[in-house]
Amino acid sequence: MIRLNVNGSVREVEAEPDTPLLWVIREQVGLTGTKYGCGIAQCGACTVHLDGQAVRSCSLPVSSIEPGQKIVTIEGLSPDRSHPVQKAWAELDVPQCGFCQSGMIMAAAALLAQKPKPSEAEIRQEITNICRCGTYNRVLAGINLAAQGGETGRG
Amino acid sequence: MTSTASPALSRRFFLAGSAAAAGGLALGFDLSGAPAAAQGAAPATPEVNAWVVVRPDETVVIRIARSEMGQGTLTGLAQLVAEELGCDWSKVTTEYPTPGQNLARGRVWGDFSTGGSRGIRESYVAVRQGGAAARTMLVAAAAQEWGVPAGECRVEKGVISHPSSGRSTTFGKVAAAAGRMEPPKDVALKDPKDWIIAGKPVQRLDTVEKTDGSQVYGIDLKLPGMLNAAIRDCPVVGGTVKSVDASAVEKMPGVRKVVRVGDSAVAVVADTFWRAKTAVDALPVVWDEGPNAKVSSETIAAMLKEGLDAPDAFVGNKAGDAAAALKGAAKVVEATYAYPFQNHATMEPMNATARWTPERCEVWTPTQNGEAALAAAAEAAGLSPRQCDVTKIHLGGGFGRRGATHDWVRQAVLIARELPGTPVKLIWTREEDMTHGRYHPVTQCRMRAALDESGNLTGLHMRISGQSILAGILPGRLASDGKDPVTFQGLNPGGAEAAIGYTIPNLLIDHAMRNPPIVPGFWRGVNTNPNAIYLECFLDEVAHAAGQDPLAFRRKLMAKHPKHLGVLNAVAERIGWETSKPPAGVHRGIAQIMGFGSYVAAAAEVSVSDDGKIKVHRIVAATDPGVAINPQQIEAQVAGSFVYGLSAALYGECTVKDGRIEQTNFDSYPVLRLDEMPAVEAILMPSGGFIGGVGEPTIAVAAPAVLNAVFAATGKRVRQIPASRTDLKRA
Repeated sequence: MIRLNVNGSVREVEAEPDTPLLWVIREQVGLTGTKYGCGIAQCGACTVHLDGQAVRSCSLPVSSIEPGQKIVTIEGLSPDRSHPVQKAWAELDVPQCGFCQSGMIMAAAALLAQKPKPSEAEIRQEITNICRCGTYNRVLAGINLAAQGGETGRG
Repeated sequence: MTSTASPALSRRFFLAGSAAAAGGLALGFDLSGAPAAAQGAAPATPEVNAWVVVRPDETVVIRIARSEMGQGTLTGLAQLVAEELGCDWSKVTTEYPTPGQNLARGRVWGDFSTGGSRGIRESYVAVRQGGAAARTMLVAAAAQEWGVPAGECRVEKGVISHPSSGRSTTFGKVAAAAGRMEPPKDVALKDPKDWIIAGKPVQRLDTVEKTDGSQVYGIDLKLPGMLNAAIRDCPVVGGTVKSVDASAVEKMPGVRKVVRVGDSAVAVVADTFWRAKTAVDALPVVWDEGPNAKVSSETIAAMLKEGLDAPDAFVGNKAGDAAAALKGAAKVVEATYAYPFQNHATMEPMNATARWTPERCEVWTPTQNGEAALAAAAEAAGLSPRQCDVTKIHLGGGFGRRGATHDWVRQAVLIARELPGTPVKLIWTREEDMTHGRYHPVTQCRMRAALDESGNLTGLHMRISGQSILAGILPGRLASDGKDPVTFQGLNPGGAEAAIGYTIPNLLIDHAMRNPPIVPGFWRGVNTNPNAIYLECFLDEVAHAAGQDPLAFRRKLMAKHPKHLGVLNAVAERIGWETSKPPAGVHRGIAQIMGFGSYVAAAAEVSVSDDGKIKVHRIVAATDPGVAINPQQIEAQVAGSFVYGLSAALYGECTVKDGRIEQTNFDSYPVLRLDEMPAVEAILMPSGGFIGGVGEPTIAVAAPAVLNAVFAATGKRVRQIPASRTDLKRA
């Protein structure tokens, strides 16, 4: 039995220790907003926050999570889509197919939590998630808009 | 977003040909006139007509036949229906009818296929008529209730009023009565200049669910009692399973069953996907690699090279006598280009959920063509299409991979047949997805141009050698002589779909079809991608050989192609081709093409570092789609096209060794990321009188605009895609 703190709730799950956190979140915890895209930490679709840091959950064995570490998924970023990044995304119609966007939003929120006013160069450097539809320029604009909104990432 | 219907083929031929080819898609014919089967549950609220349901709370449900995969078609189609309906846009929601319902109702929603950038343009009249008919019926119901002539009633934002008597009601109040009215025989459609919803940059209807994780994709589906499957298909195309040792994994955690899937694949069904994947990875399988085990990129390249000089070829465009012009030329310019296999690499890997019983089969899957998915499901299920249905789930990217063939649906149904009554969700790993694609066709092209003593282009021979998509996956759609008309996208002598934009007095464009065993597919942009590189990069070469400016050189050939010229001039003007110099170290390139019914052009500003790294600083892109349904979504498609097109141009390549695709994930198949994304300025210039697609055409100009700028920067020609294969280091 593994105890995980996900979005503020403690969950007990049965999984082999080497199961990636991504699949525990999706299959045992049942939260499917976090996506599988590559399984090798290349694309970032699986990005969640671990103690406030963006991590790629597809390559993180669930056994590596320390007791007490806090996991936040896209479902827990805000209770009502009110996080500045979520609001900016909605305002600018950032997503196309949207499959990568949970990870994109979580990466953006973590960046803003650490660096409330990132430069364009910093955003380009830090946001390495893959989007095949090609939303990058609106992602950039969305992060800038969220940063201008003053509020920055929680979670 | 891909696949294309050739304008040369009639719709009837298309369906008949498809049926013959795929054993699927036939159902559009097979069931026409058949008694309506009971398909799906009756809607809670009676519909006004097939396109429109208005609930008592005034919510307007607009039915969408085409698939949304990010390209914005769902919102655009809803705008068109809502425009004619006259409803309150803020009350609009959408739903997908199922392909089974479409068949049962005589294909009332028309074609479900969502490819070739056809989602909106081929629905353009039908959906507006649907909205207008529903409005007419709603008004008629109100007028009948009031005993007034319908012609005296007004409609605004879902409110019907009769000004002279002061009465008014709402769509929701009369919807039930409207559904019983006789549908109008003819409806007049609004002039686009009077539009208030269509043509406007309204926000997408499907954004907020994509910001909080609540949007359900196929991979996310959960059904009671559902099991999960992971699969390994033979890594060599045409290979089969020789033996498998199921006992080695049957005791692993969660494993329920090891199954053979057709001749070529094995799958493990388990309680969770991760356990199924872990077991299938560990499963000892011996493959019979079959006849293609020795195929490699080198053997394929040699096969195509032979076609460059072959005497026989299908002619796609011919004028005058190109051979004679080349013979009598003052100067001949020649170059050979090549385009590789590429994987669609949708962010969401292929997946489908199936539940099979001897009487019925249900499938839930992200698909670009619900009807083709139904055909594939029925065939794999061993049931009539009337005993099956497909629920379309939101797509995590399509790009053509999820349209023409439904190999993953077939697999899911075959697996579900081994566990009757239990829903099974099959998810491909990224590795399975990368190595079992339906790849961008591989071609080479020899270009030969004749110049006279004044540097005028007097002749051009363009010999394409290589793979035909139709021959690979839809052979019934080939022309009767075996020609694949899709090969000539963007090069056709005329027509409304993809005509060449130059008048060249002696011209021959022909195709030596050479089909390697790697399965091709419609890949966003399809054959406009290589064709635009071949033609636009080579014309740049010829212009330089003639000592002329590439823009001025093109213009001389474009007098009879005003729409092609219009977009080219627009990007040239915006980037300052003739009026300003680019910043120091930055160089410009330009390209244009017509594809998918629209005219597009791009101008690029590029620098190349001393160590040969390409940096794209700025893109200007112009689109003339005739009519623009949602300008801000067209802008998103244009910008996104540079991500897809530049990923392909700079990095995209799937190589073959020992019959296997060598690239297995994003580490070996790199794609463009935010750090390399250029600024994109989109110029939208709809000229009216036609409607073209916007999801694909711009892909094709991304590469040639940038590669022509790379030449300007380095003096080196990139003639083989991807550009990473060409050494651009400063000597």
